Amino acid sequence: MTDLYQQTIVEHAKRPRNFGPLPGANRGAQGVNPLCGDEIELHLRVEGDRVEAATFEGAGCAVCVASASMMTLAVKGSSAADAARLMQRVRDLVAGGDGKNLGEIESLKGVARYPARRKCALLAWRALEAALAGEATQVSTEL
Amino acid sequence: MNLWRDFPALDQAVHGKPLVYLDSAATSQKPRAVIDAISRFYEQDNANVHRGVHALAERATAQLEDARERVRRFINAARADEIVFVRGVTEAVNLVADSFESDRDEIVVTALEHHSNLVPWQRFKVRVAGVDDRGDLRLDELEKLIGPRTRLVAAAHVSNALGTINPVEKIVKLAHDKGVAVLLDGAQAAPHLKVDVQRIGCDFYAFSAHKMYGPMGIGVLYGKAALLDAMRPWQRGGEMVQKVSWESATYQKAPYRFEAGTPDVAAAVGLRAAIEWLSGKDLLEHEQGLLRRGIDVLQTIPGVRLLGAPRERIGILTFTVEGVHPHDVGTVLDQEGIAVRTGHLCAQPLLERFGQTAVVRASLAAYSRPEDLDALGAGLHKVRETFG
Repeated sequence: MTDLYQQTIVEHAKRPRNFGPLPGANRGAQGVNPLCGDEIELHLRVEGDRVEAATFEGAGCAVCVASASMMTLAVKGSSAADAARLMQRVRDLVAGGDGKNLGEIESLKGVARYPARRKCALLAWRALEAALAGEATQVSTEL
Repeated sequence: MNLWRDFPALDQAVHGKPLVYLDSAATSQKPRAVIDAISRFYEQDNANVHRGVHALAERATAQLEDARERVRRFINAARADEIVFVRGVTEAVNLVADSFESDRDEIVVTALEHHSNLVPWQRFKVRVAGVDDRGDLRLDELEKLIGPRTRLVAAAHVSNALGTINPVEKIVKLAHDKGVAVLLDGAQAAPHLKVDVQRIGCDFYAFSAHKMYGPMGIGVLYGKAALLDAMRPWQRGGEMVQKVSWESATYQKAPYRFEAGTPDVAAAVGLRAAIEWLSGKDLLEHEQGLLRRGIDVLQTIPGVRLLGAPRERIGILTFTVEGVHPHDVGTVLDQEGIAVRTGHLCAQPLLERFGQTAVVRASLAAYSRPEDLDALGAGLHKVRETFG
């Protein structure tokens, strides 16, 4: 019905992939949006320079959960540098940039028209950034 | 009653759909009369107040003081000097928190407070009287909390989150029986209920113009004259002084001792116009009828759950939609031209009490129409389709 709630987003929000704890996780970060109470916890298993597995838990709006779900799929097998590049592309995408070759993630494009919702789309990615930097802490949309 | 036509902002399309404004508890729209009064002030009378001897200064001063007198009548205060102009309820509560002196250190609040009547008190020990599952205040709990350590009771007249109308006269009596003063946050009451501060008997009463069809940036702190005069000044500077030397100053009496700096005279003029617009209209019956319709509409939609069911309430409908985050509800409704509030409603502890971190709130006002509620119902069906 809207350019925001594409089928891909709704589908990921209803059935998020890689949802749950991650046995053997060695990195992680929590992402919170104090304004709406969204809270997700990201778990990573990193070996050498590679993200071997990623899962998340928590609750949030459809945009937040779908973005987290797609992120866990996209970063699996990436190097930290690949993940950082992808993260930057997502930031650009929700600010109105192009989504070429981003696959399903391109469905977040509609967020660009809803400035108030960009934080929802980026929460998981900010958690990823913190987790990869080894800051096993909390990131907030308001910092 | 077709008051809708008085409000220019309501007559517009949003995302190609006619605007349905259901966020009046956040801020009301403004009638043409208020907008015009503010323009007229700037076009004809603009000058600084209480200092010039020229014609415009005298007109501006007269308008500010007329507004004060009009506010006095609006809440039936005994005297105009009991009316302090502030920026809004938040500032009023901060003023009292800073300037009301007592050697007691506990503030008793209700679980229904907006953050603005909670956070300013957190420098003291805050004690909270709870609510039942309907969202009605537990008066017996409040009574037990008021004791020899109680500095002040600070309570919402009407809850912004559930719409509960608190039994303010009873609250005042319980507090006064124990020699404790009461501040009431009337932000959600002033637009809907007849407020009579002498009948209620409260010591302080605060409200904001922008929620009652007036402009943003101005509000009122009513305080009993004896209390206000005994309170230390809050902000210091021009306007609020009598005699100034390099080393010291003597202060004016209330209300001026609390009105440092140039006041927002245009906003005071706008507030006066809002009161004029409101006066003589019996809105409560109209709004209660819409409230009942709203409850009926929401109850027919599967998965919609209303929060609280206060026995006495104003037109506030707070709810959740099963399986859909409130922000997603808000965005889908926005696409349909419907404006609602989503999030924690500046009442986080209260929502937690009801097991929620975020909710959707539709709030009614004088200009609300039955078809607005039908549009809300249709919008919520759309929400369920989108996420079904």
